[in-house]
Amino acid sequence: MAELTYREAVSAAIAQEMRRDERVVFLGEDIAKAGGVFKATVGLWEEFGDLRVRDTPISEQAILGAAMGAAMTGLRPIAEIMFSDFLAVCWDIVCNQIAKSRYMTGGQVDMPLVIRTANGGGSRFGAQHSQSVENWAMMIPGIKVVAPSTPADVKGLLAAAIRDPDPVIFFEQKSLYATKGEVPDGEHLDEIGKAKVVREGGDVTILALALMVPRALEAAERLQAETGISATVVDVRSLVPLDTQTILSEVKKTGRVVTVEENPRLCGWGAEISSIIAEECFYDLDMPIVRITTPHIPLSSADELEDAMIPSVDRIFETIRQEVD
Amino acid sequence: MAKNTVTKKKIVATKARLNDDIGEKKRLTMFRLQLEVRHIEQRAHDLFFQNLIKGTSHLALGQEAIASGFGAALRPDDYTFCTYRGHAHTLVRGASMTGLLGELMGKECGMLKGKGGSMHLTDVEKGAMGSYAIIGAHLPIAAGAAWQAQYNKTEQVAVCFFGDGTTNIGAFHEALNFAVIWKLPVVFVCENNLYMEYTPIGDVTAVEHPAADRASAYGLPSIIVDGNDADAVYRIAVTAFDKARAGGGPSLVEAKTYRHSGHSRADPGSYRPDGELEEWLKKDPIPMYRQRLLDYGIKEEVVIGIEEAVLQAVDEATEAAKASPTPPLEYAYTDVWADGGSSWRN
Repeated sequence: MAELTYREAVSAAIAQEMRRDERVVFLGEDIAKAGGVFKATVGLWEEFGDLRVRDTPISEQAILGAAMGAAMTGLRPIAEIMFSDFLAVCWDIVCNQIAKSRYMTGGQVDMPLVIRTANGGGSRFGAQHSQSVENWAMMIPGIKVVAPSTPADVKGLLAAAIRDPDPVIFFEQKSLYATKGEVPDGEHLDEIGKAKVVREGGDVTILALALMVPRALEAAERLQAETGISATVVDVRSLVPLDTQTILSEVKKTGRVVTVEENPRLCGWGAEISSIIAEECFYDLDMPIVRITTPHIPLSSADELEDAMIPSVDRIFETIRQEVD
Repeated sequence: MAKNTVTKKKIVATKARLNDDIGEKKRLTMFRLQLEVRHIEQRAHDLFFQNLIKGTSHLALGQEAIASGFGAALRPDDYTFCTYRGHAHTLVRGASMTGLLGELMGKECGMLKGKGGSMHLTDVEKGAMGSYAIIGAHLPIAAGAAWQAQYNKTEQVAVCFFGDGTTNIGAFHEALNFAVIWKLPVVFVCENNLYMEYTPIGDVTAVEHPAADRASAYGLPSIIVDGNDADAVYRIAVTAFDKARAGGGPSLVEAKTYRHSGHSRADPGSYRPDGELEEWLKKDPIPMYRQRLLDYGIKEEVVIGIEEAVLQAVDEATEAAKASPTPPLEYAYTDVWADGGSSWRN
């Protein structure tokens, strides 16, 4: 096991896949010579060269369009959209083209591509560079949606996304880039569509994603220490496909469920999961489903304002302490 | 006396022309392709009014020479991308007429299993990589296919057909710049039929020639071709393809043409000034091309043979499509994912 940062795991995954498959190519703004604005792609251009790691203009429609055309004709492109907020300027290519082409052509078109993007808040970037938009992608039939919380998952799930025959949007939480974790040595490949139980407890099940996973874990430790409440924490990892088996089974074990989402309140991913839980295991529940979310507002840039909006360890702790009492 | 001189000149020209860079075989192909498009479009129009085709449809009546000229110049493994006005471009790649009409009619035999319709015709086996119904989207997508060709050194080209209205959307400009800086083997073909849907293109565009006048912004030569002359289109296509295959990068071609019908099924085209359609009907590409074949010495019986064969093929395809059942409901739940299914959970 080696300790890598979340950002190092990104380049490690891409390098691993580029070494084994000549069809894998990578494009985006500042990703090659500059190594990415978040330094998550350092070293790739040096190893794989101009033909496979290519800087692009600030043209998100061209980036994703080119990735799509290349995927349709036999390559396996990885496209970076620097901030997930920028998906809004190329959303046609995502939701009308990439997501639907296989379906609309009766299965004629292949679409093996990955869109990597820096998602989420906590970096004081303001409302246009801090959004958590994984729920946008989740709403569109035809796109797989992955959001890892640890360096090991970044490497294993990004490798799986690159090998996946379907389009995957890979949401990297930008506040996690500097975090460290153990990553298995050698080739590391995980499976998309599997949630992971990262803490076991008997009283309440917390469902979390990306940055919310370490916060949920910290809140769970404090709950245990300060109140005796014992929480299971499930890292959902993949919104599409959704591992409803693990989610429902972990909810049934405790009879209490709390979702922790960075999305603004309306139509955050927790709403969909809550609806599935309510429909499919209502009679196993001992309390109403609780959603902890960012309020339905754009994010601010000031430290105090941003921190007060995104679910914090304190808020998760307090909410669960009151609800589970 | 004067008349004889003209005739004499014509005979001389005939031999020279038939053995020119295009030749008899390609010309007969282009004549056939134009006729196939013409008859398929007319048939689609008729089937709409019999209520056998639903939804919408955007016909290329009058614009046949562009798809046919490019189609005749393409290699079978080249890629084409077109718009919702894409029956023509799909057909010239050799797509099945039954599959095409069946798709328009929502039948099981449809080339997209009834899941796409008129605006999304695609035949990947033939290199017809899709019809795109959101303006501009397919320009960068075509550039991506060209990237594959460049990366794998296949010498394939990607051709992207679009209308004059597309030149005013952002994706057009992104794709042009991108294709030039990456020197991609892609040929962008603007079919300027003078109208952006219901509005004259000149009323909404800063320059006179919506594509050609923008070419210089991307370091490309300004190319305008008579889009109603299949020979002229073919020659432009060959030049652009040679450049692309040799690593010379993209081209942008503006082909001037006119659509004989309205924008879509719902549009009678009443915004057009009196006499404009009549003027353009005099330049209808198909009678013009037929006359050229005869002038060049091709026997009329050969021409008539092609005309009859095309009409018969369209009739047979119509009957086959009509006879096909509607798609089974299960089809709605297939092809979301590569595994053939649509499941989003376990």
